[in-house]
Amino acid sequence: MQLIILIDIGSTFTKVSAVDLETARFLGRFQAPTTPANVNEGLQVALTGLGDELAQAGATSGDIKRARKLACSSAAGGLQMVAIGLVTDLTAEAARQAALGAGARVLKTYAYELTDADRDEIAQLQPDIILLAGGTDGGNHTTIIHNAQVLATLDLNVPVVIAGNRSVAPEVAGYLKNSFNTYITANVMPEIGRLDVEPARQVIRQVFMDTIVQAKGLAKAEELIEGIFMPTPAAVLRAGTLLSKGAPGLAGWGDLLIVDVGGATTDVHSLGMGHPSRSGTVMRGLPEPFAKRTVEGDLGVRVSALPLVEAVGAEVIASHLGWDPEEVRGAAAKITANQDYLPQTSEDVEFDQALGYFAAKTAVGRHAGRLSEVYTPTGAVWIQEGKDLSQFRAVIATGGVFINSSAPAAMLEGAARDNSDPLALKPVDPVYYLDGDYLLAAAGLLAEDYGQAAFRLMEHSLKRVS
Amino acid sequence: MNGKTLVLGVIGSDVHAVGNKILEISLKEAGFNVVNLGVLVSQKEFVEAALETAADAVLVSSLYGHAEIDCRGLREAFIEAGIGDIRLYIGGYLVVGNQPWEETRAKFEALGFDRVYPPNTLPEEFIPQLKQDLGIEE
Ligand code: B12
Repeated sequence: MQLIILIDIGSTFTKVSAVDLETARFLGRFQAPTTPANVNEGLQVALTGLGDELAQAGATSGDIKRARKLACSSAAGGLQMVAIGLVTDLTAEAARQAALGAGARVLKTYAYELTDADRDEIAQLQPDIILLAGGTDGGNHTTIIHNAQVLATLDLNVPVVIAGNRSVAPEVAGYLKNSFNTYITANVMPEIGRLDVEPARQVIRQVFMDTIVQAKGLAKAEELIEGIFMPTPAAVLRAGTLLSKGAPGLAGWGDLLIVDVGGATTDVHSLGMGHPSRSGTVMRGLPEPFAKRTVEGDLGVRVSALPLVEAVGAEVIASHLGWDPEEVRGAAAKITANQDYLPQTSEDVEFDQALGYFAAKTAVGRHAGRLSEVYTPTGAVWIQEGKDLSQFRAVIATGGVFINSSAPAAMLEGAARDNSDPLALKPVDPVYYLDGDYLLAAAGLLAEDYGQAAFRLMEHSLKRVS
Repeated sequence: MNGKTLVLGVIGSDVHAVGNKILEISLKEAGFNVVNLGVLVSQKEFVEAALETAADAVLVSSLYGHAEIDCRGLREAFIEAGIGDIRLYIGGYLVVGNQPWEETRAKFEALGFDRVYPPNTLPEEFIPQLKQDLGIEE
């Protein structure tokens, strides 16, 4: 047995999982409340609990102490970023995509020239990192320089990642150098029609690891573990990428979707290019990254239950459940107001099932591309914006609401194409899987150094539920 | 490379792709940095691409006879975006049927185009003009 321990320091719980690298099998997990003042305390409790779990598997507390320990974290608000670009649909959107893919919560995206009011707002938002883009390589340089000059007067100690027009990147850094740590990386959009977000994502991850972890007071945990390597959502995206592409000697699953329904937000990760599946379709808009993550801040099954009901419509959920719209609003308000809510009655369980279904449905609907018809003198032409997920086969669910459900597949049906909205390019004939052991983030951490073991771990643990 | 950036595209719901490809190739050969948006290009896409790339000129093609409708407000959109003095060119089959060329040209100049080209204008005819307009020395 070669034990490795994978840790997810979350905002409420610190979750530790043990994996045997030799067999790529999951051995056990334990969780304890996260202790923000000193994360070590909660981590220690979790590790002790894990020891009891593993005693049966023959692992001693000494084994656990000696095992390599890798962590990701979403504690202390996760990684919070502000993205800045030039045109809303071009470099500003590319910057936002880069930040999301690095696992960040994007507090706000700014386009065009920053005003002093924008700068003051950024000071209030207190991002952990600012991503500054704008202009294609050799293209517009006036805006990014203007924005750097405005940011230079920002009264905030925040690292700035520069991923704009490379012709002026050193000049941009020059304006900021005195007040901030700056990092120059490749342009998120080097030319119109081409996205290059991976280099920026790598730099953001590095800055997170080297400085944000310290700034958030999480570095204490590094006495017990090797390091906090990435924000948790980045680990999930990493796991999805590995599962899709495969590892040496192990064939990947191809295009796939991960739906992560949480209490506050719903994340959707798609791995695949999503090129048009219908011939003669013309692509419009920004090209899509292979690994794309979207976060829906108004869709969740606990604190965001009420916003979810507002987004979907109480009437829609009511008719789905056969309830009265007022009952739906009341139930959602109760959940949103109560931090420690646990479903108890059969109505509670039924309502959770509906919330999970509509969170998945709405979030995948927003993530998926859309077709629209343009009429030309010779007839209609189809235009696709965003990714075509219709041929994506595997849809993987993660998050407590799925794991605790007795019918996770029914909840996941929300992710599939529905006939009432045929122009939304959602998966047509998906196969559903459940991350029943909460292993996706762990597999993403493992993927860095142990690709094959991480891949096999996912194959072992993802349960087909349809 | 001559250091000048051109944005090209076929405006509106027009799918005539061949001329657009030929333009791209010949303009690249002539040393321009070419940003080709292809067919079915909206006004917004022309403006945004020109803004991000700091383009020196925009070359609009229209072949299917609806150029006038598609191009209304294009100059204004550039003005709105803060790059109103960008050079605008148009070519292709701009109107339906055989209308007097001078009228057609006047119409498109009124829409804000700096130069208007009749059907089948060859690259060797307009590239020298383009270079002259943009101050490129041969
Ligand atoms: C091939 C073709 C098609 C193909 C296009 C295939 C494709 N995806 O490319 C198909 C069958 C789809 C098609 C459809 C239609 N077509 Co058609 N098509 C043609 C045809 C035969 C050739 C076009 C071509 O490729 N020319 C070769 C290229 C190299 O030339 P070019 O496009 O003119 O471009 C050159 C110059 O004009 C110039 N140029 C072009 N743009 C610009 C811009 C600037 C700034 C400058 C400086 C120069 C410049 O440089 C280019 C290179 O030298 C022409 C007739 C013809 N012989 O030209 C009709 C023609 C353009 N089509 C026509 C029409 C009406 C249509 C339809 C509306 C209906 C129909 N009758 O089929 C539809 C419209 C579809 C749509 N939504 O766009 C008419 C347009 C009439 C008008 N405007 O008054 C034409 C002229 C035929 C005709 N005589 O009736 N068409």
